[in-house]
Amino acid sequence: MTEVTETTEATVVTGNSNDPHLQPASVHPKRTEKVVAAFIVLAAAGFATYGATYWQGGSAQLQGASLGIGLVLLGIALAAWGKYLLPRGPFMEARHPMRSSDEERARMANAVIERGRLVMHRRGFLGKLLAAAGAIMGIVVAFPVIRSLGPLPKKSLDSTDWLPGSYLVTAQGLRVKASDVEVGGIVTVFPVGHVGNAMDQTVLIHASAVPFTTMPGRESWTPEGYVAYSKVCTHLGCPVGLYQHQTQQLLCPCHQSVFNILDGAEPQFGPAPRPLPQLPLYIDTAGYLRSQSGYDQPVGPGFWERS
Amino acid sequence: MSDDLAASADLTTGGDRTPASASVVDRLLGWADDRLGIAKGSELLDKIFPDHWSFLLGEIALYSFVVLVLTGIYLTLYFVPSTKDVIYHGPYLPLKGKAVSEAYASTLKISFQVRSGLVIRQMHHWAADVFVGSIAVHMMRIFFTGAFRKPREINWLVGVTLLMLAIVNGFLGYSLPYDLVSGAGLRIMYSIVLSIPLVGSYLAFFLFGGSFPGNGVIEPQMFIMHVLILPLVIIALIAVHLGLLVKQKHTQFPGHGATEDNVVGSPLYPVFLAKTLGLFLIVTGILWALGGLVQINPIWQFGPYRPYKVTYAVQPDWYMGWLDGALRIMPSWEATFLGHTIPLEVLLPAVVFPGLTFTLFYAWPFIEAKFTGDRASHNLADLPRHRPKRTAVGAAGVALYFMLFAASSTDVMANFFKVPLNTVLWTFRITVIAVPVAVGLLTYQICRELSAIPVSREPKRPVVILRTEEGGYVMEETPIRPGDGPGEIAPVAVPTRVGIE
Repeated sequence: MTEVTETTEATVVTGNSNDPHLQPASVHPKRTEKVVAAFIVLAAAGFATYGATYWQGGSAQLQGASLGIGLVLLGIALAAWGKYLLPRGPFMEARHPMRSSDEERARMANAVIERGRLVMHRRGFLGKLLAAAGAIMGIVVAFPVIRSLGPLPKKSLDSTDWLPGSYLVTAQGLRVKASDVEVGGIVTVFPVGHVGNAMDQTVLIHASAVPFTTMPGRESWTPEGYVAYSKVCTHLGCPVGLYQHQTQQLLCPCHQSVFNILDGAEPQFGPAPRPLPQLPLYIDTAGYLRSQSGYDQPVGPGFWERS
Repeated sequence: MSDDLAASADLTTGGDRTPASASVVDRLLGWADDRLGIAKGSELLDKIFPDHWSFLLGEIALYSFVVLVLTGIYLTLYFVPSTKDVIYHGPYLPLKGKAVSEAYASTLKISFQVRSGLVIRQMHHWAADVFVGSIAVHMMRIFFTGAFRKPREINWLVGVTLLMLAIVNGFLGYSLPYDLVSGAGLRIMYSIVLSIPLVGSYLAFFLFGGSFPGNGVIEPQMFIMHVLILPLVIIALIAVHLGLLVKQKHTQFPGHGATEDNVVGSPLYPVFLAKTLGLFLIVTGILWALGGLVQINPIWQFGPYRPYKVTYAVQPDWYMGWLDGALRIMPSWEATFLGHTIPLEVLLPAVVFPGLTFTLFYAWPFIEAKFTGDRASHNLADLPRHRPKRTAVGAAGVALYFMLFAASSTDVMANFFKVPLNTVLWTFRITVIAVPVAVGLLTYQICRELSAIPVSREPKRPVVILRTEEGGYVMEETPIRPGDGPGEIAPVAVPTRVGIE
């Protein structure tokens, strides 16, 4: 084998047509040829079927099957042509190490290092200036690339649009009255003027027919058995949308955190680290549900500036 | 084949026909060579591709990417990257008259009004799943056979980067239709970015153009990222990946005349070209058929994204499953540090863990070289059994990511098997550690035992077992029959002239 390896580079190797390497891999080339021919014909039929299906506005299924089968059959035909009807080989080529000769390496190293020294020789100060200017350029170029993409967070993550006296309105924009929700009912509400806002979303639950308290100090927050929590999961911000009246639990469908609505939405299960913030409610003289104030803490998942 | 091969053969040897008698192909090649000197590079036609099946995994990835580019360009002709609400007036009745985003409405239009649009949209989605999948399996092949070793470490780094970019771009594309499921995915991604200490809230605001959902979610930064910037980077890296492959040549398995100093297989032209074009058509055909026959991401069933709406079984595409699983089984460990919040329950599984994963991927060739002290160049691939430690680590890794992937459907499993969610969760918390350890130890043992068995490189021949008169048994090899094929022959250089009339 070594002789061939050494001679392949420069000389012409002429194959003999009786050479077993040039014979097809197929034992019965004629039969293989017929099979390949049949596949090509069927592939063409598949293409034509797709054309007709498209023309007639046929189903996606028929479109997928016809053109898909056509392409696969043509692919098999072509691959079989290459695998069974073309020279079976095996063929080989020589491989050369990536490493260059010692002389070439020495020449490269000399060129880079010595000419490099020529550049920096007695010009260290210029080099430092260049590095400093380059660093400044690198920093300022990042301004338009990164800083322009969006606004600064400032304090926007710390508070929501809930204000003292905000009416609770539904996703349809209707103000919620204390008589609107039956016991066991749940409504997604927003502060008036901010319907659909991702951070303001709040669940209003008529948890109980009798008054109850979620935590000491929150006695006045749950008028007539109504309780409201931020709907933004404290894990990753998904809407905590599933309410089970029997167990009085709220479930986040994204990562299955479970919150108990009777004790201040303390997480009972799953990866959520904190209770859902509770919105203090009151019922005004006209019977509308309103917020006593905003949330007493940032809503949603944790972040560095959250204290 | 004969005309073309003879013509190109003539060209490489200088040619001895007069221009008048030369074939059209010969004259065309001459025309191009006069202007570009292409004959000087024609040994590329002789480039040898090893014939082992496992070498087509990377090709599948390449061809899925070609399909992604072609179908992706088609989709951009119809897709509107905008979260602005419009009233839907299309043929899908359940949403008629409802407010949906332009992105969502245009995706519905592609699905229901553009002829073949649904097939092409689903084909694009399937191609993305197959793209990442074939990269992952291709990477396993490279890993388990040691093909990442010197001199190919650089190409390993390029490949790992391609895997990462494929996952990122897959996630971006999945998010573009702005349906209820992908919108929840974006919400989660925003919160993951938010969890990064010190810079998280700034990064989240810059990437999303403000507090979630922001205005940069789909229009226009994410869209341009998905259809222009990342594809260009991927194309450039694929060019480097293949360029290095040509320069360094393939690895190959030992035996059948393969040595450290040669490559044995089929030449690029015409044998490999026929086979690989066939593979391209097969991959395209299967993806097209999947696009037409197997529904994927039916966004009309999910509905348009509303930040306050959510649905059951929110799951990402398969290649994000390991991250979702890690998030699900992570305990709720939020930490505080000097008055700052560090959401470890998000940071560890969704930032630190993938960061470590890719750092380990990048560093593996160098870690292994350090441990084995092996600084030599290798062109012959390892059989996995002969490297029990590497194989065990790899198998344990595959098991770990598979377990995390499975953990991304804890809720579905709890419902399906009618067991409490808590039981499923704790089962995963334990097995996600225990299974990889067990798989690693078992793999190590199997490799040790397998490698003790000598590997025969001879082709197998059928045998006949005969019973002797004394009641004993003897085994006789059958003679070679006409249909048995020519048997093993030694590899030769690709002939420049083949002498076919």
